[in-house]
Amino acid sequence: MITADAPALPTGAPQLPREHFLNVEYGVKSWLLTTDHKRIALMFLVAVTLFFFLGGAAAALFRLELLTPPGDLVSDHTYNKLFSIHGVTMVWFFLIPSIPAVLGNFLVPMMIGARDLAFPRLNLSSFYLFVIGGLFTLVVMFTGGLDTGWTFYTPYSSMFANTYVIAAVTGIFIAGFSSIFTGLNFIVTIHKMRAPGLTWFRLPLFIWAIYATSVILVLATPVLAITLTLVGVERIFHVGIFDPAIGGDPLLFQHLFWFYSHPAVYIMVLPSMGVVSEVITCFSRKRIFGYHFIAFSSLAIAVIGFLVWGHHMFVSGQSIYAGMVFSMLSFAVAIPSAVKVFNWTATLYRGSVSFETPMLYSLGFIGLFTIGGLTGLFLATLGIDVHVHDTYFVIAHFHYIMVGGAVMGYMSGIHFWWPKMTGRMYPDGWGRLAALIIFIGFNLTFFPQFILGYLGMPRRYHSYPPEFQVLNVMSTAGASILAVGYLLPLVYMLWSLRYGRIAGPNPWRAKGLEWETTSPPPTDNFEKIPTVTEGAYAYPERKETAHG
Amino acid sequence: MLGLWVQLSPDRASTVAGKVDHLFYFLIAVSVFFAGLIFTLILVFAVKYRRRPGNEIPPATKDNLMLEILWTAIPAGLTVVIFLWGARLFYHIFTPPTGTIKINVVAKQWMWKIQHPEGKMEIDELHLPLGRPVELNLISEDVIHDFFVPAFRVKHDVLPGRYSVEWFKPTKTGKYHFFCSQYCGTGHSRMVGWVYVMTPRDYQRWLTSGQPTDPLAVTGERLFQRVGCAACHGQESNGRGPSLVGLFGQTVHLQNGRTRLADDDYLRESILRPNAELVEGYQPVMPTFKGILSEEQILELLAYMKSLPPKEGEVQP
Amino acid sequence: MAERSDYLAHQFVDPIQQEQSSTLGMWVFLATEVLFFGGLFAAYTVYRFQFPEVFQHASHHLSVLLGTINTGVLLTSSLTMALAIHSAQTGHRRQLMAFLIITMVLGIGFMVVKGCEYHKDYVEHLVPGHSFAFDARYMPQAQMFFVLYFLMTGLHAVHVTVGIGVIGVFLILSLKGRFTPEYHTPLEIGGLYWHFVDIVWIFLYPLLYLVGHHR
Repeated sequence: MITADAPALPTGAPQLPREHFLNVEYGVKSWLLTTDHKRIALMFLVAVTLFFFLGGAAAALFRLELLTPPGDLVSDHTYNKLFSIHGVTMVWFFLIPSIPAVLGNFLVPMMIGARDLAFPRLNLSSFYLFVIGGLFTLVVMFTGGLDTGWTFYTPYSSMFANTYVIAAVTGIFIAGFSSIFTGLNFIVTIHKMRAPGLTWFRLPLFIWAIYATSVILVLATPVLAITLTLVGVERIFHVGIFDPAIGGDPLLFQHLFWFYSHPAVYIMVLPSMGVVSEVITCFSRKRIFGYHFIAFSSLAIAVIGFLVWGHHMFVSGQSIYAGMVFSMLSFAVAIPSAVKVFNWTATLYRGSVSFETPMLYSLGFIGLFTIGGLTGLFLATLGIDVHVHDTYFVIAHFHYIMVGGAVMGYMSGIHFWWPKMTGRMYPDGWGRLAALIIFIGFNLTFFPQFILGYLGMPRRYHSYPPEFQVLNVMSTAGASILAVGYLLPLVYMLWSLRYGRIAGPNPWRAKGLEWETTSPPPTDNFEKIPTVTEGAYAYPERKETAHG
Repeated sequence: MLGLWVQLSPDRASTVAGKVDHLFYFLIAVSVFFAGLIFTLILVFAVKYRRRPGNEIPPATKDNLMLEILWTAIPAGLTVVIFLWGARLFYHIFTPPTGTIKINVVAKQWMWKIQHPEGKMEIDELHLPLGRPVELNLISEDVIHDFFVPAFRVKHDVLPGRYSVEWFKPTKTGKYHFFCSQYCGTGHSRMVGWVYVMTPRDYQRWLTSGQPTDPLAVTGERLFQRVGCAACHGQESNGRGPSLVGLFGQTVHLQNGRTRLADDDYLRESILRPNAELVEGYQPVMPTFKGILSEEQILELLAYMKSLPPKEGEVQP
Repeated sequence: MAERSDYLAHQFVDPIQQEQSSTLGMWVFLATEVLFFGGLFAAYTVYRFQFPEVFQHASHHLSVLLGTINTGVLLTSSLTMALAIHSAQTGHRRQLMAFLIITMVLGIGFMVVKGCEYHKDYVEHLVPGHSFAFDARYMPQAQMFFVLYFLMTGLHAVHVTVGIGVIGVFLILSLKGRFTPEYHTPLEIGGLYWHFVDIVWIFLYPLLYLVGHHR
C-alpha cells in the first residue's frame, strides 16, 4: 500500500521495535503531560475501563435486587441510585468515549497517515475534561448518589429529587466538552491531514464512521450542555423554566434532552459499525461489499438521527401528528442500518473466513445488532410503542444496541488493535472463550426482558409482581455469566502486557496504514509519511479461472 | 421451566388489545424472517467459506448495484406498511369515542386518586363496567407519572399542569394490573394498583355500596357557591365575570384579540391564573385560586360547569 | 523538504496545512457554539410562541437605547478586528496593535454598558427570583422572559469576556512580534470567533429588545 520505505518484514520470530511510543519516555509526567494521541488513547482506555466496571458493579447489584419480586436487598431509594449511576456512567463515561476516545484517538492519525491529530494539546485537554467530569460523577456516586435516572426528566430532577443533581449535571457538562473537542479534532484531522493519495473513497470505513460520529458529537453535545445548565439553573433559582405551575413546560426538557440523547445512541453504535467493517474484511480476507453504501449510510444515520428525537415522546402528550412524523423518520433511520448489515453479510460470501477473537465479536455484533435494530422497529411503530414504551422491552432493545452492538464492537476493536497498541498478542483461545461467554450471557440477560416488557413490566421498578419472577431470574443469571465474560479479558489482556507473544507489525495480515508501521508504533507513527495508491481493503484476489 | 409456567403474552382485556397484538405478531414475523435470513446466511457463509487449504485467497468482491437497490427498497417498502398500520392504530388508541364514562385520575407521589362521575372515590384501584368506553382525565400534582394498563395495551403520561386523556373499552371481566410507568422518584414501583372490570350490574352495585356520594357535578356546584365563584359567574351574577352557563366547549374571544376553545385546560388555567387569558370585555379582577383549590376540587368545578346546559339557541357540536 | 518554520507544529506537513486546519477547527467550534446558543433560542421560541403578549410587555422594560448603543459598539469592534487582521497581513505592527487595543476597549465598553443595564434591571426588580416584581397581569410568565434574557445575554457576555481575554493575548503576542504577514493564523481564527460573538448579538438584540416594539 505504501510505495517506499516499507520496512522489510523481519525473518523469524517478530521482535519489538527498539524504540516506540511506549518506551520513548518513562515516568508519570511523560504520560500525564503527553500530547501523543496514542498515549492519550491508552489513558482513556484505563479511564473508561474503570467506569465500565463501576457501572457494571451497579448493574450487578440491582440485578441481584431484581432476583425476587419484593424489594428486599436494597431500599427503593438505593435501587434508584444504582440504576441512575449505572446509566450515567455507562452512557457518558463509557459508551460515548469508548470507541472514539480510545480506538479513534489511537487509530485516526495512523489510518490516515498522519503524525498526530491536528490539535494534540486540545486532545490532552479533552482527556482532562473527561477526568474532571468523571471525578464529579465519582464524588456523586460515593457521597450522596443521584436518583433521577440518566434521563434527568423534569420536573422531578429540577424540583423534587433531593440527591446530588447539580454535581452530576456539572460532571456531564464538563465531560460533554471533552466529547466536543474530541469530535472537533477528528473532523479537522480527517479533512486536512490525510496522507498524499488518500482520497475520501480510499479511507477505511472506520474513518467514515468516526467522521459521522464526530459530526454528531460536535452538533448534539452542546444542546445537552445547555439543557443540563437549564436544569441546574432551575434547581438553584427555581425560575420556572420547566415548572408548569409558573408557566414552564416540562416537555421542553424532553425535547431538548432527546435532541441530544437520541443522536447520542448513534455516537455509541456508529464507531462500532466502523470497527466491524474493518474486522469483517480482514478475517474474510476480502474487499468489503458495497463500500460506498456503507460509507454513505453512516452519514445518513448521522443526519436522519437528528430528526427522530420525538419517538421518545409518543405517549408524553405531544400531538398525534407530531408522533406520526417522528415515527416515519424513525423508520427512515432504520434503512441505512439494515443496508450495513446486508453488506457485511455479503462480504462473507466467497471469502476466506477465519474465526479469531475479533471476528467472533464482530459476528456477534451483527447478530445482536440485527435483533436490536428489528426491535427498534417495534418501538418506532406508534401503536405498539403505546404498549411497550417505558417497559423492559425498551431496556432490552437499547441494551441490544448499546451492549450487543456498541460494546461488542468495542471489544472486537480492542482485540483487533491490541497487538498494535501493545506490541503483544493476548491468548486467542481465552479470547474466543470470553467472546462466547459474553454472547451467551448477554442473550440470557436481555432476551427475557423483551418478554417482560411485552407482559407489561415497567422499567425502573424496585419491586414487581410475582408473575414476572421467572424471567427476572433468567435475566439475573445471564448477568452473572456476562460479568464473568467481561472480567476474563481484563485478566488475560493484563497478562499479555508482560507475557504475551510478540505480535510483529501486522499479525492479522490486515490492510490499512496502521499495519504498515511497527507495533507498537513510534511516537511519530511513521518513519516517512506514506503515499497511498490504492483503495481500502485491497486484499490479494484469486484469479477466477477454472474454479467456480 | 422448573415446573413454573412462563406467561408469554399479557391478558387481553380491551378492544385495542387484540389490534395491538396483531400488529405485534406481524412485526415478530417480519423480525423472525429478517433475523433468520441474516443468521442463516452468516452461518452458511461461515461454514462454507471457512479458511482451509485452497481457500486462502478468495476471489474478488464484486459490487452489485441491483442487490443494493433491492435490499434498500424492500425494507423501505415494508417500513411504510408498518408505519401506516401503526399510525392508524395509534390514532385509534388516542382518539376517544363519544359517550364515554369520564373518570378523573389525579396522580401524586406515590398514589393514584381516582374519582367516578357519580362521586365515588378510590385509591390505587379502578373499578370499571364491562363493555363501556371509559375516558380517563389524567393530571398530576407533582412530577410526571404514567398510567399504564398492560391488559388494555394503553398508557399515557400524566403531566402536571395539563390534562391528558386516555381511553379504552374493557372487554373481559377480571382483575388487571395498572402501573406508573414514568419514573417518578423513590416510591415509583409502589405506585401500582388494580383495575377491576365488572359486569355492569356489579359495577352499579359497587358504585352504590358504602357511603352514599353525590355526583361530581353536585359537589362542584356546592363548591362553586362556597368559594365564591357564583358571585361573579353564577346564574344571577353581578356581571363582573362572564357567565359559565354553556361555556364548556365554546370558543371564547379573548382580550388580546385571539380566540380560544374553552376546554378543560383553559378553564383550569383560568381558575389558577385568571388574568393570563382574559375574556374580552372583562376586567382583570379575579383573584387566583392557586393553593386554595386542590386538583380534585378543580375537577369538581369543571364537572359542574360541564353539567350546565348549553345556552339558548346554540347547538352543541 | 524546505526548512520547517519554528511556528509549524510537528504533526503538520506544511504551514498551509496548519493554517487550514486551525481555520477549519474554529469553524467547527463555531458550529458547536451555534447549537449551544441554539438550545436557548429554542426555549425562547417555545415560550414566546406560548406567551406572545407577555413577552412584548416584558420587552418594554429593557432599554432599547442601551441595547442599540451596544449593538453599535459591538459592530464597530468587529470592524476594528477585521482592520487589525488586515494590518497583520500587510505587516503594519503598530496599526495592528492600535486596532487590537480599540477592539478590546470596545469589548470592555460593551461589558460596561451591559453591567449598567444589569444594575438597572436589578434596581427595577427584574431579576428573576424572590425579588422579582412585575405587573400582576403578566405574572408569572413575565419572569420567563427575564430568565431567558439573563441566560442568553449572560452566556453572550461570557463569550465577550473570553474574546477580550483572547485579544489581550494577541496584543502581547504582537508586542513580541509574533505575527508576520506569513503567519497570523491565530489572529484570523480569533477574528472568526469575535465576529461570531457579534452575530449572536445581532440575533439577541431584536429578539429581546425590539419584540416589544413591533406592530
